[in-house]
Amino acid sequence: MSEPSFLPVLAGHANAGDAPAPTTPKKVPHQGGAVNPGAAALEARFPGAVHRVDVVWGETTVIVAREQLADIVRWLHDDPSQRYDYCSDITAVEFRDMERPIEVVWHLRSIPFRRFIRLKVLLTKGEPLVVPSVYGVYRGADWLERECYDMFGIRFEGHPDLRRLLMWEQYKEGFPLRKDFPLRGRFSRSEQLRQILAQNPEAKYSMEELSVIDAFEDLPPDMRQRLGKGEQVGE
Amino acid sequence: MGLDTRAADTGVSFNPSQQESWVTTRLDFLVNWGRANSLWPMPFGTACCAIEFMATAASKFDLARFGMERMSFSPRQADVLICAGRVPFKLAPVIRRIWQQMPQPKWSIAMGACASTGNGIFDNYAVVQGIDTIIPVDVYVPGCPPRPEALMYGIMMLQKKIMNERMADRSLRHEMEPDPTSKLYIPPALIDEMSENFGNSVHQTRSGL
Amino acid sequence: MATTKRTVEVELSTTGLDASGRPQRVPLVTDAAGNLVPVTAAPPVEPDLEGDHMLINIGPQHPATHGVLRLVLELDGETVVRCIPHIGYLHCGFEKTGEYRQYNQIIPYTDREDYLNSPGNNVAFALGAERLFGIEITERCTVLRVIAAELSRIISHCVWLGTFCIDIGAFTPFLWIFQQRERVYTMLENWVGARLTTTVTRVGGMAADIPDGWTEDLANFVRTFPKVLGECEAMLSKNAIWVGRTIGLGAMTADEAVNYGLSGPLLRASGVAYDVRKDFPYLDYETYDFDVAVGATGDVYDRYLVRVEEMKQSIRILDQALKRLPDGPVNVADHRVILPPKSKATSDMESMIHHFKQVMEGPRPPIGEAYVAVESPKGEKGYYMVSDGTSKPVRWRIRPPSFVNLSAIPKMVEGHLLSDVIAINASIDIVMGEIDR
Repeated sequence: MSEPSFLPVLAGHANAGDAPAPTTPKKVPHQGGAVNPGAAALEARFPGAVHRVDVVWGETTVIVAREQLADIVRWLHDDPSQRYDYCSDITAVEFRDMERPIEVVWHLRSIPFRRFIRLKVLLTKGEPLVVPSVYGVYRGADWLERECYDMFGIRFEGHPDLRRLLMWEQYKEGFPLRKDFPLRGRFSRSEQLRQILAQNPEAKYSMEELSVIDAFEDLPPDMRQRLGKGEQVGE
Repeated sequence: MGLDTRAADTGVSFNPSQQESWVTTRLDFLVNWGRANSLWPMPFGTACCAIEFMATAASKFDLARFGMERMSFSPRQADVLICAGRVPFKLAPVIRRIWQQMPQPKWSIAMGACASTGNGIFDNYAVVQGIDTIIPVDVYVPGCPPRPEALMYGIMMLQKKIMNERMADRSLRHEMEPDPTSKLYIPPALIDEMSENFGNSVHQTRSGL
Repeated sequence: MATTKRTVEVELSTTGLDASGRPQRVPLVTDAAGNLVPVTAAPPVEPDLEGDHMLINIGPQHPATHGVLRLVLELDGETVVRCIPHIGYLHCGFEKTGEYRQYNQIIPYTDREDYLNSPGNNVAFALGAERLFGIEITERCTVLRVIAAELSRIISHCVWLGTFCIDIGAFTPFLWIFQQRERVYTMLENWVGARLTTTVTRVGGMAADIPDGWTEDLANFVRTFPKVLGECEAMLSKNAIWVGRTIGLGAMTADEAVNYGLSGPLLRASGVAYDVRKDFPYLDYETYDFDVAVGATGDVYDRYLVRVEEMKQSIRILDQALKRLPDGPVNVADHRVILPPKSKATSDMESMIHHFKQVMEGPRPPIGEAYVAVESPKGEKGYYMVSDGTSKPVRWRIRPPSFVNLSAIPKMVEGHLLSDVIAINASIDIVMGEIDR
């Protein structure tokens, strides 16, 4: 094979040449480790949006306001001193203490700088669980946000196709990872079986898929209307 | 129990009331021998057991010795459905549909603890607690995952079961759909009542300190 | 003849034929209740194929989807116009169940989600739990975990290579490579008693120390495996059919790959040299001498080359790990997490109390959260654990690399042929157990 005529993108290339090589973290303190410089930069750039900065077991967690999350993530992605170009994970945490808010967690990595930051938004339980979507910044957030919706019921505004991912679309029992959802589900085993066996496995085509069918004249009128309005979501 | 080397040859039997002849008996043996030794499996492999199934089919353990090397992924050409792996509720109608698509004679093997009973570790909202709640199962192979030898033992048990079948017994080849007129039928409301969670198993958090 | 752009949704079952021997195709539409019903208008016998797109369903039961994945493809002839994947057919509530289990009781679950990489998952979980507990493991345990992780990488890539070959049509490498997997199975069985779902680590140490003679077996494997890998390479890498079927498929540029969140061999084949072992090291990986394979275009052929090279690098790491394996205890001497030896637990009162407390209640970490990512054969794997001070985690999140990798499949298969979809799907190296959890 001929010589490769491309340059691989090296992780950490934005660091200065004399930056120390990464090593295995040893004796990581429970609290009070080194703070990710992104946290201070965030506080400077978005005054008032940062509620708290924690460093737990060596990882920096920044709790931000929900309204500014979209701007914060966009800035973290675009700013040349931050460049968090990789979205590692999006998930949520609900605590056993029912008074505590639900935390929606974003794990972001910067490949050019070899950094890791955790963003959190706290959602109080009485209010609608809505956060902005980062789909526009990271395409990888697509399924991560759908799964978060499926498991917790958190709606991500701006996600183009927010429907259930792991459970079937007509799943009626609720959102499984919530703490008020019992481990074995809300229905009895036989009822669960009955409900799922009543579904036709071949009927599970979402509206997105049926939109490929341009056979307008064959569809029932209400479906025609929905397709005509450009509806995508099957639920 | 163990395995006998082959089913007892019943020889000539003549029963005027049922009009059996020794020819039927010998044909039974021939047909069963053919069926048992050329089972074409449909590997309904979902999870880790599927990997052990693949290992059983590979060279060290070799399912080809049993006539099972031709994996039929189409249910229409398969004899035995080997459900290898856990079956969540979302997959339940699929396995039921696959079972219905298989033509008789057909058998099924529940490979692994998850397919047999749901495996105690997966007793939650998402997993079917044993595929025998959805399709009839002939052989249960325990293990998580079962060793290839265990699967082969299960296959040999199925072969013994097949050798003991009788063609005159048509009920073996009936599709088992729920029959409300049968004396064994239990109405849904009673099933719900009987299958409620009971005892301490409802409370999974011991010592929530 | 004016062609109305009419899309016919067909049910093309994997079985195929009706009574007269034609493929079973029934045009269906969904009525208001969501049921599929045949179209009322009689379909044309020979539909004008030029303007039609077909909607084809692959799976969830299908030999080539590597598990229960369902792909709905919109095809223009044989070319894929759109692909919509459906997952969730193996969703077994791992994360929910983990909230009801002690930390050591969760380790068997980690075996079963990415079941091709069981020891590697065990290692990843133990690292995360030890970060949460604030425990430093022993030297011997560190090296043993590297050995477990790299062996796991090799066997996972073996399965990938075997099944990838089958999908493309080559059956022989599957048999060759599975024989190597059997050798590793025997080694793992000698170590912990299980072939596939090993549960080889515990919080603070390992399930057991390696038995006598195990290092000789491993040295033997390290010496002979590259030859078998070389045979597979000789059969495939410069094979015209192989190259013809894999070159140019499913390419992702480096920027796209990073934005889609791809990780592992997919990301590296696209030209981004990001490997968690090098960039966010763990288990002293910075002290091992190994290279990271990086591809150029990110197509299927590059991914194949990257994974084969990774297997060779894993052999290199195993060789070094064998040479540096120190003596010493394998479990950390912390009675709060490690069970005392049985002889002491039954004779010494204090040990009995420790044993009782650990088994009944389980070790309790301080309040906090930790996310440790490792480089699994599929990509960046991590376990995010949140503790509220009790013996069971509040939240146990699995960051599944195949999940995010698979979400890019609509982008990868656009414009390719139907048979290429299978090749591209196989090249992503998905494990449905990890995707659906």
